[in-house]
Amino acid sequence: MEKINRDEVAYVANLARLTLDGEAVIKFTTQLNKILLYMDKLNEVDTTGVEPMSHAIARKNAFRSDTVAASLTIEASLANAPDAKGSCFQVPRVIE
Amino acid sequence: MELCGLTIHELQDKLRAGETTSAEITASVLKRIDAVETEVRAYITLMRESAIEEAARADEAILRGEIKALTGIPIALKDIFCTKGVRTTCGSRILHNFVPPYDGTVVEKLRAAGAVITGKTNMDEFAMGSSTETSFFGVTRNPWDLTRIPGGSSGGSAAAVAADECIASLGSDTGGSIRQPAALCGVVGLKPTYGRVSRYGLIAFASSLDQIGPFTKDVEDCAILMNVISGYDPRESTSVPEDVPDYRAFLGRGIEGWRVGIPKEYFIDGIDPEVEAAIREAIRVVEKAGARCIEVSLPHTDYCVAVYYIVAPAEASSNLARYDGVKYGFRSEDNRDLLDMYKKTRSAGFGEEVKRRIMIGTYALSSGYYDAYYRKASQVRALIKRDFEQAFADCDCILTPTSPTPAFKIGEKTDDPMQMYLSDIFTISANLAGIPGISVPCGYTKSGLPIGVQFLAGHFQEGRLIQFASAYETHAKIEKRRPAL
Amino acid sequence: MEYEPVIGLEVHAQLLTNTKIFCGCSTKFGATPNTHTCPVCLGMPGVLPVLNKKVVEFMMKMALATHCTINGECNFARKNYFYPDLPKGYQISQYASPPAEHGWIEMEIDGGKKRIGITRIHMEEDAGKLLHDEHNPVSHVDLNRTGVPLIEIVSEPDIRGAEEAAAYLRRLHEILVYLEICDGNMEEGSFRCDANVSLRPRGTETFGTRTELKNMNSFRNVQRAIEYEIKRQAYVLDSGSAVVQETRLWDDTAGVTHSMRSKEEAHDYRYFPDPDLVPVVIDDAWIEAVLNTLPELPLEKRERFVREYQIPAYDAGVLTASRSLADYYEEVVRLSGQPKIASNWVMGDVLRFLNEDKKEIRACPIAPAALAEMIRLIQDGTISGKMAKEVSEAMYRTGKAPGAIIEEKGLVQITDEGALAGMISEIIGKNPAQTAQYREGKEKVFGFFVGQVMKATGGKANPQVINDLLKKMLAGTE
Repeated sequence: MEKINRDEVAYVANLARLTLDGEAVIKFTTQLNKILLYMDKLNEVDTTGVEPMSHAIARKNAFRSDTVAASLTIEASLANAPDAKGSCFQVPRVIE
Repeated sequence: MELCGLTIHELQDKLRAGETTSAEITASVLKRIDAVETEVRAYITLMRESAIEEAARADEAILRGEIKALTGIPIALKDIFCTKGVRTTCGSRILHNFVPPYDGTVVEKLRAAGAVITGKTNMDEFAMGSSTETSFFGVTRNPWDLTRIPGGSSGGSAAAVAADECIASLGSDTGGSIRQPAALCGVVGLKPTYGRVSRYGLIAFASSLDQIGPFTKDVEDCAILMNVISGYDPRESTSVPEDVPDYRAFLGRGIEGWRVGIPKEYFIDGIDPEVEAAIREAIRVVEKAGARCIEVSLPHTDYCVAVYYIVAPAEASSNLARYDGVKYGFRSEDNRDLLDMYKKTRSAGFGEEVKRRIMIGTYALSSGYYDAYYRKASQVRALIKRDFEQAFADCDCILTPTSPTPAFKIGEKTDDPMQMYLSDIFTISANLAGIPGISVPCGYTKSGLPIGVQFLAGHFQEGRLIQFASAYETHAKIEKRRPAL
Repeated sequence: MEYEPVIGLEVHAQLLTNTKIFCGCSTKFGATPNTHTCPVCLGMPGVLPVLNKKVVEFMMKMALATHCTINGECNFARKNYFYPDLPKGYQISQYASPPAEHGWIEMEIDGGKKRIGITRIHMEEDAGKLLHDEHNPVSHVDLNRTGVPLIEIVSEPDIRGAEEAAAYLRRLHEILVYLEICDGNMEEGSFRCDANVSLRPRGTETFGTRTELKNMNSFRNVQRAIEYEIKRQAYVLDSGSAVVQETRLWDDTAGVTHSMRSKEEAHDYRYFPDPDLVPVVIDDAWIEAVLNTLPELPLEKRERFVREYQIPAYDAGVLTASRSLADYYEEVVRLSGQPKIASNWVMGDVLRFLNEDKKEIRACPIAPAALAEMIRLIQDGTISGKMAKEVSEAMYRTGKAPGAIIEEKGLVQITDEGALAGMISEIIGKNPAQTAQYREGKEKVFGFFVGQVMKATGGKANPQVINDLLKKMLAGTE
């Protein structure tokens, strides 16, 4: 049984901003199907009424106070930028 | 014995007694690195010069009588910890040139305790792997057999300790990434309770599972490092404001009368017979030490891998969205427009395993599949946690194998992701439940590969875990060997 | 066909905290790009968010002011999408469990009152800014705004027209500013609005297909955009076509909305609980504490002013336009005991001076106590109303107390009847012709005598006293 087809793999790749060439799509489709089939075993578990767990430890209300802390210098903020101009990061134009 | 082959506490005794200096210890470690690193390849970035300077400063401090928990001790860091001014790659091309402007919390704590940082160790790319084969910077080899993997993802940190290329190291553990390589390299590795050690500055793989812990040559060193790195951090919302005990106080206390749970679900087909024999022997050792072993059940064990390989990739797919070529790291050339840059950068910047997990995670969260995958997995995760709570009502700690097999051959499992995923089968549950776990050496295979035994305890029971591991270490009297390098 | 518009608004309000929602960087507007940034808001590897408590409290204030139910526990979720102004590749927002819901605000429409439901209020982080280069095919990214706290206020689709939408927005704006949790500056983007608009045949219940309108940066534009969109949809429907569900941008210059290119992919934000943030638990004690800090809200204040100070509804509306103006007025009333006169002076001279200088009431050089003192001086006849005009202007320019100004300018009114009587009899003696006219019944010449007295006293005579004395003396009774 196929859990995910090539079109869906391509759709997911686009969502994740990845390019998969033809061969990679085929390979990923095969591998993802195998993995997702394995995941099917979760359907054996009755989870009726079970609250999903998104944290390993139940902590609540972790806050900071509204006090200004030092920011980085522009030089430090941009030091790792692949491309920068003036005091801004620079990217290829967004086509809308 | 060369200085680099000693433990933290042995070296501290010598430093206190004035029998050696940090400069000598550091020189010994650097010499060892020069001798074996071409074979082991444990490091991505060596910090030779700053290590020598730090050692000199440590010696000055010792002369002034200021000896802190790690003064003058050479420690290696997995290349997943942000280090100010020192390249931090996470084993990925996409961060091959990233120099953080800040130190992570554990790095600050190590420095404050006087440690000498030797360098940044190799790892599976973004900690995704169990063999350190997915690193952009090449494969690290197991010091016990250079044709085999050191385990992963913290393979470099484990191998560096096993090969005496540092005295101890730090790694991170999302599904077994400390305990499994510790077992495969014959060292002690501890994954603390989620929230015990601050994750601030740890490059995230799966935020609800990641935890930082030490690799050491013995349990006492493990306690020493845990004393340094544990504690509440206001910079992390999931850090837990609980008091941290002195973990050294748990050493040598004995385990008489302890109830040790042996989960029946962990003795499965596919477990290597030599590993199984070593674990059976470990059970006998703890019984001889006065503990009583009882069978416990963790009924949802069989679902751990499936839950993990949904939850971890889902979180990772989001955590790794920031690597887009805009603010730092790798950016592709010749980009037609923004979308083209995103796709080229991420496709060329990430390796195949990372992309595979981003794909799984994106799919599991996508419209129409969220409930069937992510939500379902999160519900089963709650049941797995409940299993442990129920088991710990009947026992003080749990004993299992750390890994179903000893170190496997380089390349053996790279073509079959599912087989690779199953090698985490005994370690994943602790991350899902957030509980602490430790792997301690428990013997060797006939061919001389190390085997590890894993002990698990309830939330914030690292002290008891160290007490148990220390008693086991004392009674097991595992022969101390050194890899033939 | 006759259609009924169905409108719901989504408002994003930037909160007036000192620091960002998850890090200690400043939220100040207008700094050099990327100077209010740190590893956390730059989305650097390894960083973690910690929630600013003030953001929760500000959200609670708005929730309480809009009669929302505050939920005991809420969570943060990640909204995943790629854009250069979003450094982490996801926005931290709230999704499945909002902190506040099921509220309403009331507004006056066509003389009646109408309630608009509030579906939910939640907290989230703002994105950065993208500046498009005019000459090169590149964009520049400024991440100063990244992580500035927002609350999103989502209305029920209860609004039935463009004017009503604008009224709702004004009301929401007024409450936010009153609460002092948002500066309300639409031009700087601290108060932003998107509108969901659909039509249905009047008298039917089912909702039509809606479009989402964006890019409206003033109340007027919101109203114009909705008016346009209502007409456009009616035209589409009348011509037998169907409205396409899409996002449309308001073009201020052309006065039209146009479709964002439909290649815009179907959104799949992959929301999931943020594992780096823990649940926010709000108990009754906390709600109570925030409730105690809540100011009186504009509508309540307006009604109270009419009731308590007996001033017209219009005046009450003007005086409660901002909390600081209302506070100013009330302080003047408290010190002078003259609500109506105080209202005249505040609405008249004080607001006129401020408007001329484009100043806020907070920056008014006339302290409430000084204005009250001036009113007292008018009341007790020390100065005339006319003099007071001069005094108030001088108070505004110099910030000096009225007493000092009166002294400097020698403005004290002459009320001494003896002195004035002497002066008047002299004037009467000098002007026998006019006196005769008056006595013959030409009362118009009375004004002439008043003018003469004023001239003689340099305008300082108390008009009331002059009136009385003149009348008696011209009548020849004295």
